[in-house]
Amino acid sequence: MRKTRIAAVAAMAAVAALTLSACGGGGGAASDKIKIGIKFDQPGVGFKDGDTYKGFDVDVAKYVANELGFPADKIEFISTPSANRETALQNKQVDMIFASYSITDKRKESVAFAGPYLIAGQDLLVPVDSTIAGPEDLTGKTLCSVTGSTSAQKVKDLIPGVKLQEQSGYAECLGGMSGGTIDAVTTDDIILAGLAAQPANAGKFKVVGKPFSEEKYGVGLNKESTKCADINKAIEKMITSGDWEKAIKANTEGTGYVPNPALNPPKMDPCA
Amino acid sequence: MEKYLSLFTQYNIPAAFWVNIQLTFWAAIGALVVGTILALMRISPVRSFAVFGTSYVNIIRNTPLTIILLFGVLALYNQLGFTLSDDFNQNFFNLAVMGLAIYHAAFVCEAIRSGVNTVPVGQAEAARAIGLSFLPAAREVILPQAFRGAVVPLGNVLIALIKNSTVAAVSSVAIEASSIMKTMLEFESNLIIPIFATFAMGFVIIVIPVGLLTTWLSKKLAVAR
Repeated sequence: MRKTRIAAVAAMAAVAALTLSACGGGGGAASDKIKIGIKFDQPGVGFKDGDTYKGFDVDVAKYVANELGFPADKIEFISTPSANRETALQNKQVDMIFASYSITDKRKESVAFAGPYLIAGQDLLVPVDSTIAGPEDLTGKTLCSVTGSTSAQKVKDLIPGVKLQEQSGYAECLGGMSGGTIDAVTTDDIILAGLAAQPANAGKFKVVGKPFSEEKYGVGLNKESTKCADINKAIEKMITSGDWEKAIKANTEGTGYVPNPALNPPKMDPCA
Repeated sequence: MEKYLSLFTQYNIPAAFWVNIQLTFWAAIGALVVGTILALMRISPVRSFAVFGTSYVNIIRNTPLTIILLFGVLALYNQLGFTLSDDFNQNFFNLAVMGLAIYHAAFVCEAIRSGVNTVPVGQAEAARAIGLSFLPAAREVILPQAFRGAVVPLGNVLIALIKNSTVAAVSSVAIEASSIMKTMLEFESNLIIPIFATFAMGFVIIVIPVGLLTTWLSKKLAVAR
């Protein structure tokens, strides 16, 4: 009895040690690889599908990495959800971040940015037969966004008359819109287009196409990083070669999404 | 430090915790009522009641709270149009209270049943001997003693409920503590650790007095045998 108990304690300690070391892993060894932070859960933008990664952010990341001398097999994609992006860069868990990461002055205090590689804007996704043509039609309507997101906050400030339902994810919002209780979903246009382009949603929703904010998607870098100029060059090359437009089209097919033509393709900000 | 302090003027953190306290208050009342009825069913001599009580406890207790709350919003409200209030935001609050009460009722039931086990069989036999049928015996003799014996487990359920009230975020109650924390992390993610610590501290401040109170009550109310 006593021996089995000791064995059990030892086994538990071993499991705990393994779990802990698994967390710390990923450092060392793979120095010939570049670690890129993306979102894993935004279809059309950054999405993990089994063993492959898809989306516009992923396509730009692969192109830029290739230009920097890291072909596809030398890239390690790491999940960086919104709240973890600054920490991941500061602790050098990732080398670059392509994760619908808007360049803001506040963020510039803790990290550096290259790019922008896209100027997105907050827009509305509505059912195809909807009469909503812009934010001005939203008074009295039910709008859905994700709890704690920039988009949710902006809508509260901009359209006080709207009924905002905050859900834990955009998939839940789309479910409500199919059910008829939600009239529109709001966040950045490229994310909406990516959602609408999913096979399960094809033909059901449309992006209104009247962006009411400017989100400059940049490449997040550690402040000490020296890659900024090279990344900007790579993005410019992607734009002039036409691969940039191809990537947009491929990831938002069938939704009629066009990045705000007055601002896109974007001009690079000077590196700090 | 200055930046951290400015968070308190920018975001109304006490108001967010107040929402959690309100959620807890109403859900606790609901859970206590439903849980007591369930406990009565489980100890009742009527077999179908006992089976119903047991099934409820086993099904609800083994379902994650997130799923119960999501079901309230996604299935009942978004798909079926079921509402608990005409006011848009109050509806989500009420749905969350309903989900929290349904979930915690299963735990309250078991806490009360453990209290019932502290009442000696002789008490029930004496109650039946003086001619009380099941309900009056439960009301006059068994339950009053059972509740006194169940103060600590009931306090545990209450503490769990306080913290579980943050799950109301998934049922679109966007003004409670964990949602406000999410908003703060989105806009101030360079202060991620202080923000996190603040909210953890907030819950400690709320929960510790509840723990002290239940310990004190359990001593004061203990049935001397």
